[in-house]
Amino acid sequence: MEKRVIFKGWMLPALLLMPQIVITAIFFFYPAGQAIWQSMFVPDPFGLKTQFVGLGNFEYLLNDPYYRASFLTTAIFSTLVTVVSMGVALYLAILADRLIKGSGTYRTLLIWPYAVAPAVAGVLWMFMFNTRVGVVSWYLGLLGYDWNHVLNEAEAMGLVVAASSWGRISYNFLFFLAGLQAIPRSVIEAAAIDGAKFWTRFRTIVWPLLSPVTFFLMVVNVVYAFFETFGVIHTITSGGPQQATTILVYKVYSDGFVGQDLGSSAAQSVILLFVVGVLTVIQFKFIERRVHY
Amino acid sequence: MATLTLDNVRKSFGATDVIHGVDIDVQEGEFIVIVGPSGCGKSTLLRMVAGLEGISSGEIRINGKRVNEAEPSARDIAMVFQNYALYPHMSVFDNMAYGLKIAKTPKDEIAARVATAAKLLQLQPYLDRRPRELSGGQRQRVAMGRAIVRKPAVFLFDEPLSNLDAKLRVQMRLEIKQLQRELGVTSLYVTHDQVEAMTLADRMIVMNAGVADQIGKPLEVYENPQTEFVAGFIGSPATNFVPAGSVGVSVGTTVGIRPEHIKLSAEPSRLQARVAYCEALGAETLVHLRLDNGQLVTVRQGGHLPLPTEGTDLWMGWHDASMMVFGEDGRRINAV
Repeated sequence: MEKRVIFKGWMLPALLLMPQIVITAIFFFYPAGQAIWQSMFVPDPFGLKTQFVGLGNFEYLLNDPYYRASFLTTAIFSTLVTVVSMGVALYLAILADRLIKGSGTYRTLLIWPYAVAPAVAGVLWMFMFNTRVGVVSWYLGLLGYDWNHVLNEAEAMGLVVAASSWGRISYNFLFFLAGLQAIPRSVIEAAAIDGAKFWTRFRTIVWPLLSPVTFFLMVVNVVYAFFETFGVIHTITSGGPQQATTILVYKVYSDGFVGQDLGSSAAQSVILLFVVGVLTVIQFKFIERRVHY
Repeated sequence: MATLTLDNVRKSFGATDVIHGVDIDVQEGEFIVIVGPSGCGKSTLLRMVAGLEGISSGEIRINGKRVNEAEPSARDIAMVFQNYALYPHMSVFDNMAYGLKIAKTPKDEIAARVATAAKLLQLQPYLDRRPRELSGGQRQRVAMGRAIVRKPAVFLFDEPLSNLDAKLRVQMRLEIKQLQRELGVTSLYVTHDQVEAMTLADRMIVMNAGVADQIGKPLEVYENPQTEFVAGFIGSPATNFVPAGSVGVSVGTTVGIRPEHIKLSAEPSRLQARVAYCEALGAETLVHLRLDNGQLVTVRQGGHLPLPTEGTDLWMGWHDASMMVFGEDGRRINAV
């Protein structure tokens, strides 16, 4: 039975809700409102005065081939980051789950990358793959591969995906491991007695039982790939080469703060807000239905 | 249908021995119950037969064939777990059909076999439900159904009734017994409940600290326990143990007397004790008496006899034949 506490009067409940409401108002509603407001203006080149254009910014954006390309880039990037970080994390979690000795050490070591801020992780990867002084690119050179993510678009995308996924693996690993350990051992044993080999057991028992965790991680990782990877992209490629790694959130920054087109930047923020809203609704509405129990 | 043989089976985890050499010969269709207190190694032994635990030494044979190295699925066994271990995301039908699907049994045969098992277990109305929509007893039946449909050579039960409430346990106990009789499948059943062991077993194995203390028919074991542990573990209320000297027995160290073998009277007899309290259960009465040394002795008498007054001194008497004499090592010395 749900236990409900009934408050007398409205003062105490209002007071208890206040911190959350204040934080949400200051850090979400206010900036979101500002973005919507700004998205309807175009500033002059010197930023001295603005001109109202209604939905003109949106109209311009949706006809802009660069902006459309950025949509595609974002889709590819976030799909790759989600698949790579979750795939690797699941693989490691399965290995750690089977481990009896020293699993604590592995777990601790695997959690470390999560403590590294995205921008710092970006710098690390940038140095490792630096075309002139990078350790990895030097070894690749010895193998006869000429690594240059500054010029090669695919390599640039691969690098930002790897750097963004790397820190995320720890987080996903923790959830997957907890999910695996929540599956009763006897259920796995029963399946083994029923004749299911490891892969069959995984496909028919473990994966379905893990699906709530997988679904949760998918939502969280897509949102991560959309927004929190800014630091990685900024430090490694700055959206290049030729905008090959300019995801939507990076374009908001580069158009607004580098290009000084605050109206367009605000309009992009509003579109992004809308896209994430739709994405979340879709995920909860349609994918959750196929999640077991 | 099959025979099951355990030949000097041992198990150790590192330096700790948990099973110290167990020999069992299970005949075709026999229902064997392994009973013992928690931690005696009975579940480990069962899991070794199932192939879920390795065997440190000795040999396990099913139908005369060594299975030490065989995978659980290759041993032709089915197991019912204490927590049922049903697949929570599958319907009752799919739970039962899972093993057959993996064995690539034709669809119509799967349907037929599941239908037969469901009918036997009265599960037909629930075939589309998920395990969480079932009661404890129904889940227990599904677990049994899952074992039945595969038509294994040996059934293994790992304390299958301990998650059920008392009333359901009695009912399911009877159902398991009937089912096993009907199907005639060789079964190995682990429990810590001596009542389950007594009622279900064709033969039972009383385990104590990794050793099979005694193997025999339930009544034989009850009437003729070979060790002090077996005498104390089998039977409820438990056997009373008094020092051999205090009842005039010259051999052995301890004498065991079952509560129902003691007669109370006011006339001088073997031992005097003071009535501490009585538990009248209707059909029978348990009288607890305190000896001079402070030890409590339980006497079971018919419910029709008058209740002794608490605090009075009474004499306890018994026949020589009902005394079980045990030596220092806990083994039975039959001679009085």
